[in-house]
Amino acid sequence: MKREIRRTGIYTRRALLVGAVQVGAFGVLAAKLYQMQIMQGERYATMAEANRISARMLAPARGRVLDRYGTTLAGNKLNWRAVLVAEQAENVGASLDAFARIIPLAEHERVRVERDLRRRRRFIPVTLREFLSWEEMAAIEVNAPDLPGVMVDVGTTREYPFGPALAHVVGYVAPASEQDTAEDPMLALPGIRVGRSGMEKFADTVLRGSAGSVQLEVNAVGRVIRELDRHEGTPGADLTLSIDAGLQQDVLARLGDESASAVVMDARNGEVLAMATTPSFDPSLFDSGVSTAQWLAWTSNRRAPLINKTTAGVYPPGSTFKMAVALAALESKVITPNDRVNCPGYYDLGDTRFHCWSKYGHGNQDLRGGLKNSCDVFFYEVAKRVGIDRIAATSRRLGLGADLDIELPGVRKGMVPTRDWRISQGKAWNQGDTVVSGIGQGYIQVTPLQLATYTSRLATGRIVQPHLTRSVRGVLQPGSQPSDWPTLGMPERMLAAVREGMWAVVNEQGGTATIAKLPMQGVSFAGKTGSSQVRRVTREQREHGFNSENLPWEYRPHALFVGYAPYEAPRYAVAVVVEHGNAGSAAAAPLARDIMVDTLTRDPSERRETPQRLAGGGDGSGGVR
Amino acid sequence: MILERRLIREPSFGLATKLWNISWFYVLLLCALAGVGYAALYSAAGGSPDPYASRQALRFAFGLVMMLAISVVDIRFIARLAWPVYLVSVALLVLVLRMGHVGKGAQRWIDLGGFQMQPSELAKIGLILVLASWFHRASNERVGNPLFLIPPIILVLIPVGLILKEPNLGTAVITAVVGGAVFLGAGVRWWKFALVAVLGGLAAPIAYSHLHDYQRQRITTFLNPESDPLGAGYNIIQSKIALGAGGMWGKGFLQGTQGHLNFLPEKQTDFIFTMLAEEFGLVGSLSVLGLLLLIVMGALLIGLRCRHQFGRLVAIGIAVNFFMYVFVNVAMVMGAIPVGGVPLPLVSYGGSALLTVMFGMGILMSVHVHRDVEFGEAGGD
Repeated sequence: MKREIRRTGIYTRRALLVGAVQVGAFGVLAAKLYQMQIMQGERYATMAEANRISARMLAPARGRVLDRYGTTLAGNKLNWRAVLVAEQAENVGASLDAFARIIPLAEHERVRVERDLRRRRRFIPVTLREFLSWEEMAAIEVNAPDLPGVMVDVGTTREYPFGPALAHVVGYVAPASEQDTAEDPMLALPGIRVGRSGMEKFADTVLRGSAGSVQLEVNAVGRVIRELDRHEGTPGADLTLSIDAGLQQDVLARLGDESASAVVMDARNGEVLAMATTPSFDPSLFDSGVSTAQWLAWTSNRRAPLINKTTAGVYPPGSTFKMAVALAALESKVITPNDRVNCPGYYDLGDTRFHCWSKYGHGNQDLRGGLKNSCDVFFYEVAKRVGIDRIAATSRRLGLGADLDIELPGVRKGMVPTRDWRISQGKAWNQGDTVVSGIGQGYIQVTPLQLATYTSRLATGRIVQPHLTRSVRGVLQPGSQPSDWPTLGMPERMLAAVREGMWAVVNEQGGTATIAKLPMQGVSFAGKTGSSQVRRVTREQREHGFNSENLPWEYRPHALFVGYAPYEAPRYAVAVVVEHGNAGSAAAAPLARDIMVDTLTRDPSERRETPQRLAGGGDGSGGVR
Repeated sequence: MILERRLIREPSFGLATKLWNISWFYVLLLCALAGVGYAALYSAAGGSPDPYASRQALRFAFGLVMMLAISVVDIRFIARLAWPVYLVSVALLVLVLRMGHVGKGAQRWIDLGGFQMQPSELAKIGLILVLASWFHRASNERVGNPLFLIPPIILVLIPVGLILKEPNLGTAVITAVVGGAVFLGAGVRWWKFALVAVLGGLAAPIAYSHLHDYQRQRITTFLNPESDPLGAGYNIIQSKIALGAGGMWGKGFLQGTQGHLNFLPEKQTDFIFTMLAEEFGLVGSLSVLGLLLLIVMGALLIGLRCRHQFGRLVAIGIAVNFFMYVFVNVAMVMGAIPVGGVPLPLVSYGGSALLTVMFGMGILMSVHVHRDVEFGEAGGD
């Protein structure tokens, strides 16, 4: 019995010990529960919410780009596309193969699809093919049983009704790059496009709008259970340009097959009505993908279809520069409008002889005659008197060689040289350099847009900036009124003297561009021709009856014309540059005349303009400028 | 005094007396736990008695009847069945290795005429019975003899080895611990446990090299669950999130997002405690833990009140077995020990586990009913 009692005692002690250990173990579990549920409870609750709630962005519709009369220049059209949702496909590879039998997929497309399928989660649709035709859609629908996971959905794609006509101004869009999506995750949404050129690029943030968001409750595999919250995004703003699409088409028709460019501006406020460059390209190709062959064709074309020649083409202004020289001289009082210079057909500076375009000379010339006849000797002398630095300062104020505030990418500044610039190059500035600068040759290079701006400023006496944005979301932007722009601060009589010379060029017997005279009553055109040499004409050529028409195309001089109308009340300015067009009077002046006639006959006062609200003071929301 | 209490004799020990002697409070505790299980399974099915809760309730009703039936079977008769039960369970363990169903890379299930069961569950009961029977008549002197301990150690190693081979590491460890508990109750010296512990510690690296890849994976994942958040560590991470997100009061019945949106894996079986903790918070999870602790303590108490060694050893074995289920399962869902396919008794969905638990509870209750019977005591022989 004692043994039994002892055994019972051992058992009791040990059972109590086991019980104590078990209570202790439950205590540990309870402590751990307290730690997780109370001390770290909020952290875990947040993680549970993050699990449960999936915030997705809603792609906003991209704003349209309109011309000044509301015509769509860039819009959105429906784009039917085939997508594959991996989660709903039993076998992704098999579905892809089946799809490829209906709509063949190129090797690179297949590689892209497979890459997207790997990267994205299984319930996110991967685009197989965009821009499906009705036939392709029907084929997919009919074969739907063999295509698990393949669906047709609709998105939007960018549409450019005017295509090449406005490709350089409106620009184009393309799918977002990885760099873009790193900056703004919204851009990763299917169907979102990013502006890559032109206004599409400049005003991208305005056109893009802001993404909406939707909070979805999702389960563990990511399937949507219900919508918890929804914020609609803001669609991109419609952007109204100052462009007149009809005029743009007319201008392009005038330029024809030349490698040329032309700008028509409202001289009073800097609004660009037409900005044409030939040849051009089809901007819609960038959305769907440009083939290598097409790209090579564009880039190897020496007429450079991808370049906007109005802003990125730089040319010596030739004689069109003479107004700037004249104004610099008048302002610095080295001449008066009545001072005369004798032109024997050449100008000697030391040992060097500079020729006038007319080897017979123009005789005694005043400012008006110098401009009317485009007498080189007159401007050689005037330039020498006024000096390069003052010429440069005045021409920059007029917009030449200056940074213009236009809303386009890739705008070039051109070049108006100064003494300091030449010295910074480690060379000396020679007086001969000043003399050739007097006729817009030498180092001077300007863009057609600068020439149009220069002409506008000459015509109105205001420092207008060329711009393309007229209104955003229907709100007129600052800059549409002449009074928005400061004056040049030049005495009116000086400007008048120059304008009179420009009038004489076109309208007076013997002017260099009488061909540009407008065929209408009471409205006259004032302008200036220019022919800028691409190559120096040697003495030998000159003595053997040089005729630039015999040169190969790429060595012929550029033909330029700048002008404005009506002379009586300046309204429109035009600049035309025909690359290697030879003489400005022959190649550019008639084009400028026709463009001006088109512009004047399309005058908005004869058209019904869409009503525009004036911008409220200090309204900066969505403003482009 | 002790002699006076040992008065009950068979003639006066009728069925009514036996039923009267059943601890109905203990039965109530088990029913309460099953009730918690019903609620949890109702929620796991998204707020429906189908497919889990109703079927589980039916099984529990069946298990309860079985338990009460076993309760009135004389404990001495049960002791005579120790060897047969043990041998059958070992035979089933061998059979499961040969022709069992493969689930999750392991053979654990056996089909017995349309009824699937895990022989490892039965093996634990068999082991408890056979060990209790072995030590029942042994005096302290004999227990102190190392040679006397060799046969029961072999009795432990046979089922543990077979379960390891399935492979089911978690159940094998539980089985070994349950066997150890009977040794402990029998009065085996502490230093011998220490010796086994040391030997086990030395053998661990060797054992690790023999572990299956998925078992090693589990240990690695346990040590660093975030290393593989979408793979093996996913379950643990999601379970911890659900548990922690419950906070003090929980998200409310049927409102647990982790469970209802399927972030929580196997929520009706292994991770059912997490589901409860998410919906009822710390208050709810501690209440369930308290209930489980009462059941464990009740089993120990039955052992302490029993007057024969066989009953005492069975009680401690069943108490530790139940405790191990609970501890391993709860610690597992909290990410405190590696995940191991151990259900929460009477709460997790599954017939085999429920019925074996109720089978064990029946034997325990028989111990309680027959706590004072004359049962050829040890000592003198």
